[in-house]
Amino acid sequence: MRKLGEWDSRAIAEVIEFRGETTVVVLREHLRRVAEYLATEEAISFPFLSDITPVDRFPLEPRFELNYHLLSIERRERLRLRVWLPGADPVIASVTPVWPTANWHEREGFDLFGIRFEGHPDLTRIVMPDEWEGYPLRKDYPVEGYR
Amino acid sequence: MTTTIETATGQAQSMVLNMGPQHPSTHGVLRVILELDGETVIKAKPIIGYLHTGIEKSCESKTYSQAITLTDRIDYLAPLSNNLAYCLAVEKLIGVEIPKRAQYIRVLLTELTRIASHLVWLGTHAIDLGAMSVFLYCFREREELMKLFEYVSGQRMMTSYFRVGGLALEPPPGWTDRIRRVITALPGHVDDYEDLLTENKIWIGRTKGVGIISAADAIAMGASGPMLRGSGVAYDIRKAFPYSSYDEFDFQVMTQTAGDCYARYLVRVAEIRESIKIVRQALERNLVDGPFRASLPGIIPPSREEMKTSIEGLIYHFKIFTEGFAPPAGEVYSVIESPRGELGVFVASDGSNKPYRVKFRTPSFVNLQSLPKLCEGRLIADVVACIGTTDIVLGEVDR
Repeated sequence: MRKLGEWDSRAIAEVIEFRGETTVVVLREHLRRVAEYLATEEAISFPFLSDITPVDRFPLEPRFELNYHLLSIERRERLRLRVWLPGADPVIASVTPVWPTANWHEREGFDLFGIRFEGHPDLTRIVMPDEWEGYPLRKDYPVEGYR
Repeated sequence: MTTTIETATGQAQSMVLNMGPQHPSTHGVLRVILELDGETVIKAKPIIGYLHTGIEKSCESKTYSQAITLTDRIDYLAPLSNNLAYCLAVEKLIGVEIPKRAQYIRVLLTELTRIASHLVWLGTHAIDLGAMSVFLYCFREREELMKLFEYVSGQRMMTSYFRVGGLALEPPPGWTDRIRRVITALPGHVDDYEDLLTENKIWIGRTKGVGIISAADAIAMGASGPMLRGSGVAYDIRKAFPYSSYDEFDFQVMTQTAGDCYARYLVRVAEIRESIKIVRQALERNLVDGPFRASLPGIIPPSREEMKTSIEGLIYHFKIFTEGFAPPAGEVYSVIESPRGELGVFVASDGSNKPYRVKFRTPSFVNLQSLPKLCEGRLIADVVACIGTTDIVLGEVDR
């Protein structure tokens, strides 16, 4: 944690501790750099990306929250990166080149939340049909009935 | 559709073949688009989503307790593991520790679930590769385990037996004896499967050296569970991040180094034996006396006795079952080792009685991603072995 702060304190907006879990809030333009750093930097590397979870905070702004759950198998350590995205322009750099497993997670985020991951090799819908309209997991998308 | 490709003997046409979504070996509705050069797979692309039911969306309109029933339906071969993962996440959010007795019962039942799930995997994987009898034996033993689940929770599959704060109800009398009987016979049956397969020439021919993934690739692709352990990485969440008192049990993390289908077969069979060991140890613990739910008024339901004799108990009972409870605002990510690997549940709370967002990081979804890595460059018949060995449950892939 401290090492990450020393490396580039401008990239980090906030550090949150809750129930023994550490969340580092990263500014969106720095995410890709931070990801590359964390994936490779020795002694603090997190080579395993568990999951990417988007959350829609509608009607608050910034609207979208992306949670990257990182894991180091060697050190038995977990870390969460969080990025905020504005509702008008939900675009973020893809981390698929850094962690190949992010491919499907990002496709899911695109499919269900409409977040665009720039630099993703194949950003298409994954669980919904290709011709589907709307993003089902957004909060302004109804649970039942027609839109 | 065809494209021109370069082969060893000059130019040739490749063929695109659609496998699934209805195919006996895909264990559900998985579709794989294969680009073939003769019988060799050049490219494989899994297409998923045929079982997408919007479970995560539905969870947002249910109270915390109601959502438990949905978790059963994610991985229908290991419903208790899903219950556990979800309950642990909500308990972490509330910040409550449940009684030891309930923790041991949870360990006992999830290990039985792991055995049942691995038995289905072994049976279906074997039948895919042509070994019919193993399938029949595995399902015979699985049925015994299903009967145990039915006896304890009232349901064979959709158990919803673990609740936030403990268990749904007191297990019925004599349940440990029944489990003991089944578990005593089980090692002999596992020997039988191994007699049929482990040194079987055809089995080795179909699985050894097929679908190899290196440790580095497996980590990069986010593979977990037996997929990762078959490649030599000793990562098991029960050991690495112990939950539910797993640190009090003595068991080993089974690994193989080859990273092929045969290695994953060996890992899973060894895991069945380790799970039997854990079940045996759990049976020696105190499973009979003491509360099976934590006591936290207003969040965890009071006992039946208390509900019927005290006015506070009655009010809490009524309030919990009508409007639910409201954990503090915040986010947690809680993981368990499901039969298929790292099952993570992310719960975000906004302080109301319904989860603001629930995300299931399901191992099948992530493990399936490495399917192209496993089968590209191999024969089309090996695709069947590779799908089988990733042990996917399509309900869990699509959610």
